[in-house]
Amino acid sequence: MTTPTAVALEDAKVAFRVADDRVYTAVEKAHLSVAQGEFVAIVGPTGCGKSTLLNVAAGLLKPAAGSVKIFDQPLAGLNRDAGYLFQADALFPWKTALDNVAIGLEIHGTPRSEALPRAQKWLTSVGLGAFANRYPHMLSGGQRKRVALAQVLIRDPKILLMDEPFGPLDAQTRQVMGNLLLDLWNADRKAVLFVTHDLEEAIALADRVVIMSAGPSSRIIGDWRVTLPRPRDIFEVRLDKEFHALHREIWSVLKDEVMKGYAQSSQAAEAV
Amino acid sequence: MSRVTLLALQVLVAVVCLALWQLFATVPVFGKILLPPFFFSNPVDVFAQIVKWFSSGVIWKHLGITLTESILAFVIGSAGGVLVGFWFARQPLVAAVFDPYVKMVNALPRVVLAPIFALWLGLGIWSKVALGVTLVFFIVFFNVYQGVKEVSRTVLDNGRMLGMSERQLMQHVYWPSALSWMFSSLHTSVGFAVVGAVVGEYLGSAAGLGYLIQQAEGVFDVAGVFAGMFVLSAFVILIDFGVTLVERRLLVWRPTVDGRG
Repeated sequence: MTTPTAVALEDAKVAFRVADDRVYTAVEKAHLSVAQGEFVAIVGPTGCGKSTLLNVAAGLLKPAAGSVKIFDQPLAGLNRDAGYLFQADALFPWKTALDNVAIGLEIHGTPRSEALPRAQKWLTSVGLGAFANRYPHMLSGGQRKRVALAQVLIRDPKILLMDEPFGPLDAQTRQVMGNLLLDLWNADRKAVLFVTHDLEEAIALADRVVIMSAGPSSRIIGDWRVTLPRPRDIFEVRLDKEFHALHREIWSVLKDEVMKGYAQSSQAAEAV
Repeated sequence: MSRVTLLALQVLVAVVCLALWQLFATVPVFGKILLPPFFFSNPVDVFAQIVKWFSSGVIWKHLGITLTESILAFVIGSAGGVLVGFWFARQPLVAAVFDPYVKMVNALPRVVLAPIFALWLGLGIWSKVALGVTLVFFIVFFNVYQGVKEVSRTVLDNGRMLGMSERQLMQHVYWPSALSWMFSSLHTSVGFAVVGAVVGEYLGSAAGLGYLIQQAEGVFDVAGVFAGMFVLSAFVILIDFGVTLVERRLLVWRPTVDGRG
């Protein structure tokens, strides 16, 4: 392959120092690569360190060992090529939807008179053209996610990192958001690293599904290619035979890890 | 309940209280006056005193002085509180070193500082301003400190990932967050600015509402004391109303307290 890999984690290990000077290893020996234009989903049981891995790719966390390369360059500091969509509400509550979207341009020196019309265009393309002057608390959870998506995409990042972005939304809204994401992604096919605990969502959206084992010291234990044709419609792709076959195959591996994850967390709860 | 009924009931409370006060202060019950005029005066005299102040115009000078002192105390105290609050929140070491002293000064009842300020700054407005500043400063300081410390981690990370520099984080994240905390304490801090001014005047001055009350008390003019109190209450209510208007304009982005957006 001659094109540079967008994100490459090699042998990455992430450890945290916990209260009594013990070291908690969240992720170990993680090899993960996302090619340009590729949509990769990471799935794993709760607490397996999926988000940790994402934060490493974003440069918010430094790995204790191993290397992180972004377009073949070692990552130092924050990942400037990446846009990050957070699980929790990350909009600036004191800015209107329009200002929230425009800020990404303004801080990089785009004059306000130019940033605002572009922000308005992005709000329209996520279906919120009429909500430009609303403050985040006046929007529903799904609408806030749309604004956040526009806020990230307006900067045109080469890599999109998403941490269970639709996690807090209800099932229908998630599907609508998934389709919106695919539509927007189809336009220019950025490299995407998408963390979720929902296997169905992962298969429906991604080109590759990566499975992580239960933590601590979780590893990447599986990597499946999803060959479902694009463009996809999330509502319909779930009815596809291939979808079901793949789901069954991945689930047979994931199930054990989910059980392990539960067992560990309930043990931990008993120990307390 | 409609607004009109509510207002009518609110007025009724005042009318009943004043009527009872007037009644017990002038009409003997079982041959005895329950509220001796020397100690309690009566609403008619108090009202007459207020009218006299306003018609002769003397009150305006005193109101003006008290207002000036309150505004100065509020502005200086807030500015100091914002700056120091910001500084401490961004420099944990400084905050840790000064922590016991901040607590110590804050624990001190501020009234005891009034004589010192009178000594240092004289009997003019500045000793009252200083007293008000010591009250306002700590309220604003604690709020801003909290506001900067409790900026949501996610919002901060989002700012960083969008590419904000430290200075831009300051401008777009820390500053609005700190200001919103400061404004949430606006009613309290404005109230304390007035308290500082009036208490300072009461303890030693040549003008202001506190001075007026103190003067009346000095000659056992109970009607004057009550009149001063009523004017003071009306003054504070007016200021508070102004603060509410300012708050509504500045905090549009915040959900209302009852959560109904």
